[in-house]
Amino acid sequence: MHDIRDLEKELKRRYGADGIQSNRDDLAFTAVKPHAVGDALAYLRDHWRYVHLDFITCVDLIEEGRLELVYMLRNHDAKHDLGVKTRIDRNRPVMESLHGHWAAVATYQRELREMFGIDFPGCPRVDEDFALEGWDEMPPMRRDFDTRAYSERTYFPRPGRTTSDPAEHMRTKQYPGRADL
Amino acid sequence: MTTKDREKYPVHVGGTEPFDLESGRYMKVWQGPQHPGITGNMSLELITSGDEVVDLKTHVGYLHRGFEKLMERRKWIQNFPLVCRICVPEPDFNEYLYAAAVEELSGLTVPERANWLRAMNLEMARLTSYLMWLGGQAGAFGMGTIGQWTVTMRDFMLDLFEELSGGRIYHMYIVPGGVRGDVPQGWFDRVWSTLTTVESVLDDVELVLFNNAVFKKRAGGLGVIDPDMVDRFGITGPNARAAGVRRDLRIDRPYLVYDELDFSIVTGDGLGVESDAYGRTKCRVAEMRQSIDLIRQMMDRMPEGPVHEAPPNVLHWKIPPGETYLSAECTRGEYGYYVVSDGSDKPRRIYVRGPSYTHAVALLEHMGPGTNIADTAGLMVSLHTYPPEIER
Repeated sequence: MHDIRDLEKELKRRYGADGIQSNRDDLAFTAVKPHAVGDALAYLRDHWRYVHLDFITCVDLIEEGRLELVYMLRNHDAKHDLGVKTRIDRNRPVMESLHGHWAAVATYQRELREMFGIDFPGCPRVDEDFALEGWDEMPPMRRDFDTRAYSERTYFPRPGRTTSDPAEHMRTKQYPGRADL
Repeated sequence: MTTKDREKYPVHVGGTEPFDLESGRYMKVWQGPQHPGITGNMSLELITSGDEVVDLKTHVGYLHRGFEKLMERRKWIQNFPLVCRICVPEPDFNEYLYAAAVEELSGLTVPERANWLRAMNLEMARLTSYLMWLGGQAGAFGMGTIGQWTVTMRDFMLDLFEELSGGRIYHMYIVPGGVRGDVPQGWFDRVWSTLTTVESVLDDVELVLFNNAVFKKRAGGLGVIDPDMVDRFGITGPNARAAGVRRDLRIDRPYLVYDELDFSIVTGDGLGVESDAYGRTKCRVAEMRQSIDLIRQMMDRMPEGPVHEAPPNVLHWKIPPGETYLSAECTRGEYGYYVVSDGSDKPRRIYVRGPSYTHAVALLEHMGPGTNIADTAGLMVSLHTYPPEIER
């Protein structure tokens, strides 16, 4: 039987979770400390049937100097999604690699390494390029990555299209000499 | 290939190259990014021994357009023309999920008829996407004619989308608060007629594809997915259902009007097929027929009424702080949007979860070894992978 309050109690007791905040009947979030994430996810998978990993992603909390990792799990039997969140230091972004938990985790971690600069020591191929081959700038999904400056620095400036006022065009080019335009 | 056979090759550890290419025993073959057997822009790095694939790595990055980054710099409404472009064959799921997430966070309601039209739109998108995929699957095994038939049918479906929304590929029909407009006069009749044509072509396709000796021989036993792989690799959609796993978000967690429709989950064991490329094709064709039935049910039972609830001034629209995750069943599996708002007029973070992310990388890399070069394209297409979902 899937009881969200029992689950909350267990997560608090075992992993010091903050509690569970339910957004909908089928969606809730909880937060644990970074060192407890691996064990908490394994516990949720093995004891609470959150067997399916929907995704792993990151939110850049630049104001707080933190990166928030979100691990979204699904319990198909209870028809419930649980997001497990944890915050790590934005300046020293290192997180435990969980590639042994699910086969797809290594891919997510490779992407997070590239897009947010988070290191996952021990993760297979984590230092290989994923989507950005030959990227040597700061991780582009960070909030302070300036896309416009990057684009102006990287790509040669082009003059672009010249535009003209349609009314002026009609007066001077299309119908020159017409006083009523 | 049996486990014993696999033992003759070096063990792949930690991403280091275990294959001595200088030895003459192995050869590296790049399949893609420009290759008729590759769907979209992706490449597969194959290490082969003879014509047998002994190692496969997926490479993406040929199509990275930075959608998620772009969305953080645009107002909520400005992202609508953007999200549909994440997925060419099936843009409507992006429209729906983004709209639904915005509506949930902002508290905007949707009229009943709009929900029916949205669901109908999604089923038409499913059928259209499957038509394109079916041509690719047959083409991967050398049957180009089937592709010509199905792509023609897809074009007929696109005519309907064009009449409905003005756009053939990117419809931008589903908007916050409902849909952009009601259906044109006589449109339902034309949908009905087109579905009848598609159905008759599907009869032909089934006849020539499923009774073709080459297809049966090559697709049978190719890319077998065991049920115990489903959770380990995060497999969703027809790839999981063909393995006998009864999961379909339309039934398990009904959204829009799916709980009012009469249909059941199509599974491989229900159809009496194996969980291989052949069985997955059977499942998908059965789901195409199911989509046709669902569209007809919706046209029969579509309620009258308004189709749009106007949001506040969209140029100054601030969404209250919060976060949500919404998912829907697309042709390839679970499609999802994780949306975070910080209370401003732009999204704080949007993460797009596409099913190909796991199917085309971790799963394909696992299944590649043991196939041969010629079947690699057929294997990939049988997983219905789509690269832009990997690099949003």
